[in-house]
Amino acid sequence: MPQHLISVTVENKPGVLARVSSMFARRDFNIHSLTVGPTEDPTRSRMTVVVDGPVMEQVVKQLYKLVNTIKVSEHAPGEAIEREIMLIRVNADPQRRSEIVEAATLFGAEAVDVGPSTVTFQVVGEPEQLANFHELMKTYGIVSLVKSGRIAMARDAKNQKQQRSA
Amino acid sequence: MTTITGAEILMRSLELEGVDVVFGLPGGAILKAYDSLYDSSIRHVLVRHEQGGGHMASGYAHATGRVGVTFATSGPGATNLVTPLADAYMDSIPVVAITAQVASTSIGLDAFQEAHTWGISMPCTKHNYLVTEPDEIAAAVHEAFHLASTGRPGPVLVDITKDALTGTAAFGGRKIIDLPGYKPSVKGHPKQVKAAVDLILESSRPVLYAGGGTIRAGASEELVKFAERLNLPVVTTLMARGTIPDSHPNTLGMPGMHGVYTASTAMQKSDLLINIGARFDDRVTGDPDFFAPDAAVIHVDVDPAEIGKIREAQVPIVGDAKVVLGQLLTQVNKRLGDQPAPEWTEWWSTLRGWQEAHPLGYVQDPDGPIQQQHVISELHRLTSGDAIVVAGVGQHQMWASQFWGFERPNTWINSGGLGTMGYAVPAAIGAQAGCPDDTVIAIDGDGCFQMTFQELITAALEGIPVKVVVMNNANLGMVRQWQRLFYSERYSASELSFTNPDIVMLAEAMGCVGLRADHPDDVTATLEKGLAVEDRPVVMEFRCDPDAMVFPMIPAGGSNDNIVLGPEDL
Repeated sequence: MPQHLISVTVENKPGVLARVSSMFARRDFNIHSLTVGPTEDPTRSRMTVVVDGPVMEQVVKQLYKLVNTIKVSEHAPGEAIEREIMLIRVNADPQRRSEIVEAATLFGAEAVDVGPSTVTFQVVGEPEQLANFHELMKTYGIVSLVKSGRIAMARDAKNQKQQRSA
Repeated sequence: MTTITGAEILMRSLELEGVDVVFGLPGGAILKAYDSLYDSSIRHVLVRHEQGGGHMASGYAHATGRVGVTFATSGPGATNLVTPLADAYMDSIPVVAITAQVASTSIGLDAFQEAHTWGISMPCTKHNYLVTEPDEIAAAVHEAFHLASTGRPGPVLVDITKDALTGTAAFGGRKIIDLPGYKPSVKGHPKQVKAAVDLILESSRPVLYAGGGTIRAGASEELVKFAERLNLPVVTTLMARGTIPDSHPNTLGMPGMHGVYTASTAMQKSDLLINIGARFDDRVTGDPDFFAPDAAVIHVDVDPAEIGKIREAQVPIVGDAKVVLGQLLTQVNKRLGDQPAPEWTEWWSTLRGWQEAHPLGYVQDPDGPIQQQHVISELHRLTSGDAIVVAGVGQHQMWASQFWGFERPNTWINSGGLGTMGYAVPAAIGAQAGCPDDTVIAIDGDGCFQMTFQELITAALEGIPVKVVVMNNANLGMVRQWQRLFYSERYSASELSFTNPDIVMLAEAMGCVGLRADHPDDVTATLEKGLAVEDRPVVMEFRCDPDAMVFPMIPAGGSNDNIVLGPEDL
């Protein structure tokens, strides 16, 4: 199932997240991930929703139909800066620990917690980068994993223009 | 500035919105609001069940075009509103529900009569509010009325905590509306309007597919002018009956599952559907994959999400039906100038041929049993069709839509989208409260009647003289029809009783006049007697044929190419 990346600017009011998730459930749209947080304007929040589905027209229209929704943008692949954060705890016997940390460093992962037999890494990056790191860590044995869900921001319009003309 | 209680702010806000009547039932959490209502000029109709209050508000809104208002207390009072809210949401009826909530300090603690009304009502309202401070009431009420009545109309719920009602705040009148994300389009895009007219003039088998949106937008006059200027055949959906007079030569009637053969077939064979305020409902389209295969689509809707939801539109136009029809007409006149309307000669001759070959009809055996169509036709004759007709859901509803000739908008009130049995009696009471000078007739089935008849006590005590025709076939008739056609005549749990309850005695017990006919010879006299009652509600029971079936019929999920005209086609 193709994935689509949508940014939704909403009024920063209680219950807006519930409205959005209720609408997704009611309309049988599938959320892959959803993040929400404040923006530069304290009266607005921004949601980044990754949606599974073939066509986004109805998703976008139904989002707009919510009274508290101000702006909806669907980002074409590569059009937005996308970031995700992952915390991943892997088995790390003292004998293999340096090997694991070395591999992680190549990915820009940072060790944020060390236990007697595990190391926990933090990785920030594009979803694909996280997926690759996840794959690599599987060989050592993953104890626990958590992801933030994706956040995204459209690239600066001027920047995009320059990139296109280049 | 002097301060007043939240309850007083609520009443003053409602008065400022022009509310003249509220349908509701008090309880613990909403007592303070009822205490303020005691001093208000707003009329209160005390219902017997909150569902009745919700449907009354809907009937009122249908008949008057104004926002209907209902009150309910917290917990069960509010949950009893779920059905009328869902009903009004499906049919885009402007209703504002004011519910009370337990004190803000008790929310989440499973307090007595606490329910999560805001969450429960979210998927069945256009928008809703939870108000916990007295100084937020005025803005919420004003926004609620604005949202309910503009754009695509719909129900809005305002849930107000008990402490917000008892607390005090300054009241400065209506607040400015602050809805940065709510800007419904009114005017259609001129380029699209032009493209639509071009497409119409190039078409050879156009059909104007008028939906409930034309009635909600008050667009009937524009619709008729547009249809006449282009000599277009018009089909009117269940929600649009009366938007163009049934006596108009361009009207083909209702399309769909129990629609007129010509209306359904015209859509099916059309090369251009001009959809104004309809939504390609499954009761119209049958299986959408086989629906109107050769037709291009112009779709005018105030709600962008309706466009492309079921059927792709070649020319989408977002806007208010009345405004866009005005734009379309202007564009047509610009294109045609002094030229007469296109004749569509071949198309009209085909349509007239179908009308002649497949008219609606029924046979009333003079020895009985009574056929419901006969009762409806007689009722229409005796009233000259000058009445507001309200229906429940089922066979009687379909026959009422088929056999009542509607001549003006807002005279047909029914539960179209949700199909809410029990809608007729309370909705008729609401319509009568809003239109005291009109004759309001509920055409109901015995199954529907037994869901909400207790509101006739409300009507009798409140002096709301509705007329209720109960088509008693001692069955859940439409269920029986489906069981007969699709479930090998296994009549599982669809049989009611002719004699229990005794509907005449029941009517009398509720302070209404009760009348009965069980032979065709008595139909006219019974109707005459019932129509003459003006000081009380009247219930006219007709014991009808339990085996009668509604035709034409397109079995659910079937193709509109296969219309079943009668039992012989099965």
